[in-house]
Amino acid sequence: MSLLSAPTLAHYLVLGAILFAISMAGIFLNRRNVIIVLMAIELMLLAVNLNFIAFSRYLGDMSGQVFVFFILTVAAAESAIGLAILVLLFRNAGSIDVEDLGKLKG
Amino acid sequence: MNFQTFIFYVFAAILIFAALRVVTTRNPVHAALWLVLCFFTAAGIWLLLQAEFLAIVLVLVYVGAVMVLFLFVVMMLDVNFDSLRSKFRSYVPVGATVGALVLLEMALVVIGSSVAGDAAPPAPVGRNTKALGRLIYVDYVYAFEIAAVVLLVAIIAAIALTHRGRRESKYQDPGRQVKVRRQDRVRLLDLPAETKGE
Repeated sequence: MSLLSAPTLAHYLVLGAILFAISMAGIFLNRRNVIIVLMAIELMLLAVNLNFIAFSRYLGDMSGQVFVFFILTVAAAESAIGLAILVLLFRNAGSIDVEDLGKLKG
Repeated sequence: MNFQTFIFYVFAAILIFAALRVVTTRNPVHAALWLVLCFFTAAGIWLLLQAEFLAIVLVLVYVGAVMVLFLFVVMMLDVNFDSLRSKFRSYVPVGATVGALVLLEMALVVIGSSVAGDAAPPAPVGRNTKALGRLIYVDYVYAFEIAAVVLLVAIIAAIALTHRGRRESKYQDPGRQVKVRRQDRVRLLDLPAETKGE
């Protein structure tokens, strides 16, 4: 594999890995801000989808793209519910700081 | 270096830069906009991989719906975001360590694999959308129906979580209707009878 040849599967896998690592680090960096954490999760899903599509292309199997389709569906549902919970949280607690959210500790 | 590789590196550079800005920027509105750039660039890379339908779905669903929802919520919440970043610097070592570890593990997997260096097989003939639709509606039809149910659950959950009943609405509460007793509703008054001619 040479870096300058036509893009191989490894190119896309490395890009997906870098994207996943960035978002993983982002969750730790912004762990007090729920909104940025949700955005980092979206980035992670994007990296996973990139891997799925790259494998689907290079192994010649369309099923990988079907999985991406379902991941997109579930991720849209997840972010809709996540943001609804966030709005509810802000309405009740007046803050979205993760460190203020210890009520369930009892 | 052919044109495809050039396009790939340009998009990859933009994607990585935008992803870095998403997790490091100070203002969440800017983070949402950088994430929009991420999705657009990723759609470009998916086009390079000949997944046209999914690239368009990514732009329509993510940029058009999910990110607008994000922006809406970020702008609606009156939060002091600077206070949320007060310990940002103290989280940098652990965040960088975890990110580097994840990257290292994935690099070991990719380098050790046998398929990773292969060139792309010839592109499938026919339209991507048609092939994908045939797969979804024939082979994966049950999963497709479950996805529809998941979306329905998400709609109901989002409404149920955030809906506040209107104060002035005059809806009926069947429980209270059943529980009512006669003396709550009917009051018998003992009025003196009137006689004619008085």
